[in-house]
Amino acid sequence: MSKLELPSYLEQSEAVRDRFDRMKKRPVTLQVKNLHKEFDSPQGKVTALKDINFETYKREFVCVIGPSGCGKSTLIRILAGLETPSSGEVLLDGAAVSEPGPDRGMVFQGYTLFPWLTVKKNVMFGLEMSGHGKTNSEEQALQWIDLVGLSKFANAYPHQLSGGMKQRVAIARALANQPRILLMDEPFGALDAQTRSKMQSYLHEIWKNIDVTILFITHDLDEAIYLADRVLVLKAHPGEVQEVIEVPVPQPRSPEQLLSPEFLATKRRLEELIHPPEEDVGIDEDKMNMVRMVDVKHEVESVF
Amino acid sequence: MFSKLFAVRKKLDTKQRVYVSILSFLVPLMLWSLISYVPFLWHPKVEITEPGDVSYFTEGMMVDRELFDKEVETATSQLKKVPEGERANPIYLPAPHEVATALYTAFTTEPMRRNEKWLHESLWDSIQVIFWGFVISSILGVPLGILAGTYDVFSRLFEPFIEFFRYLPAPAFGALAVAILGIHEAPKIAIIFIGTFFQQVLVVSNTTRKLDPSLLEAAMTLGARRITLLFRVVIPGIITHLFKDLRILLGWAWTYLIVAELIGASSGITWFITQQARYKNFDNVYAAIIIIGIIGLTTDIILAAIGRKIFPWEKGVAKA
Repeated sequence: MSKLELPSYLEQSEAVRDRFDRMKKRPVTLQVKNLHKEFDSPQGKVTALKDINFETYKREFVCVIGPSGCGKSTLIRILAGLETPSSGEVLLDGAAVSEPGPDRGMVFQGYTLFPWLTVKKNVMFGLEMSGHGKTNSEEQALQWIDLVGLSKFANAYPHQLSGGMKQRVAIARALANQPRILLMDEPFGALDAQTRSKMQSYLHEIWKNIDVTILFITHDLDEAIYLADRVLVLKAHPGEVQEVIEVPVPQPRSPEQLLSPEFLATKRRLEELIHPPEEDVGIDEDKMNMVRMVDVKHEVESVF
Repeated sequence: MFSKLFAVRKKLDTKQRVYVSILSFLVPLMLWSLISYVPFLWHPKVEITEPGDVSYFTEGMMVDRELFDKEVETATSQLKKVPEGERANPIYLPAPHEVATALYTAFTTEPMRRNEKWLHESLWDSIQVIFWGFVISSILGVPLGILAGTYDVFSRLFEPFIEFFRYLPAPAFGALAVAILGIHEAPKIAIIFIGTFFQQVLVVSNTTRKLDPSLLEAAMTLGARRITLLFRVVIPGIITHLFKDLRILLGWAWTYLIVAELIGASSGITWFITQQARYKNFDNVYAAIIIIGIIGLTTDIILAAIGRKIFPWEKGVAKA
């Protein structure tokens, strides 16, 4: 198969370059400095994250992508304050982060809605924690629920909702606290393809209309390119920043762009980074030993 | 038909489930009836209806079949009057209809002596002992269990000793309980407490530990802290499972009742059972045992219904 002729992923149109220039003049929301994380394992110390440095600008959408085992989940958990780094620091609006807080909203892959609370009460949870009164919380919660289009389900329990709806509630719940940054850990990973692409569009709509920076972890290349302003590519063992890619696909995004030359060029680059051509041919632990198990005279002799 | 009935881990349809549930009671009842009403199945005794010329036989006496057959043989050979009798089950196995009658008459029969209690009074005593034993145990055990399941420091502080203590059989403390608490209700409640409490702490702490940790993490990213986490996430998160645990533990408490009531001055349903056994009113004994079962099952069904009412999200939790 001949390779498609594609422009370089570094080529940006005038409008895109202008947008990035303007974006980089915005204040920095999140700054990660020399972040290291080591774990103790039976085989000795394992470095999960090594010397991670990056920053996000106000209202930027950053996707973090990398092969499994690159520590992307560890990274987002450190940013959320759920784990402590071995060294280095995380600054949010210039202030160091050490524990979880409502200034960093988090959406987990497993929904994590409180099953004993209705949709409305779930969204009210954070508001009540930060000291809003009951009526005030309820009023705000209903607004957020309306924003994600679930007004009809305000009094339903999570088990009555579909996966996509649950994740919308989780997003509303995180946003209700008006966090500086929204951390999303493979939030659509458990959804089917159709719901997933719908959710991506919803998320973009929300992002456009709300003052929030989004850091989104995914292992899906299309999802990363479709959503992000910039894609942070990690490599595994140890987890390091391999490249920060400025996505040359113009904003606002639409599903048609999935086949545009810029999109495909970026995707090709990501594929090169994440699935590099096999160099070390020596060790082939993970290989199937396929032999023909079908009789030569089988009625369907070949599937081709 | 059969493949449907025996599908692995598939629910039967509602009608079938009801039928099979009824069958679960009918089968033991049928076995009991067969043994009681079909003479050649067991009936190892003979109830004498006509003593004949056997001097030590009296009417209504129960003798072993072999002995009876031998006496019949002897009488026939000596041309004496042959004794007559009917095959019967031992006195300790009354027939279903006798127990069914006793279920009613046990309540209406006046006690043998004036200071003795009616059956319903005995039952009420038992229920009170169970109730207080279980309530006191839960008031202490549930909070301790939740603490141990939430904070490792409490887990290490409580659990090693409790693990040790729960192997000590509650009845072993009977004499001690009487010495300390007297012979009336208190030592009995104490035995139920000892029997329930230690298991309860461990069961509750285990249930608490099973709470999905990501719910706690989600709550923390929403701004929940320390004690709020306990009251707003841990407790509501486990409450449905806790309720189920308590239902099971209440069943255990009943198993300690009989021992507890034998301690000190015998009382309650146990007193009634031993008393009736002494008078050889075994139908009343069975009736009393069955009543315990009915009370237990009824409380459990009622509690389950209450659970469904007060935890409307439970259906979803069970699914997840």
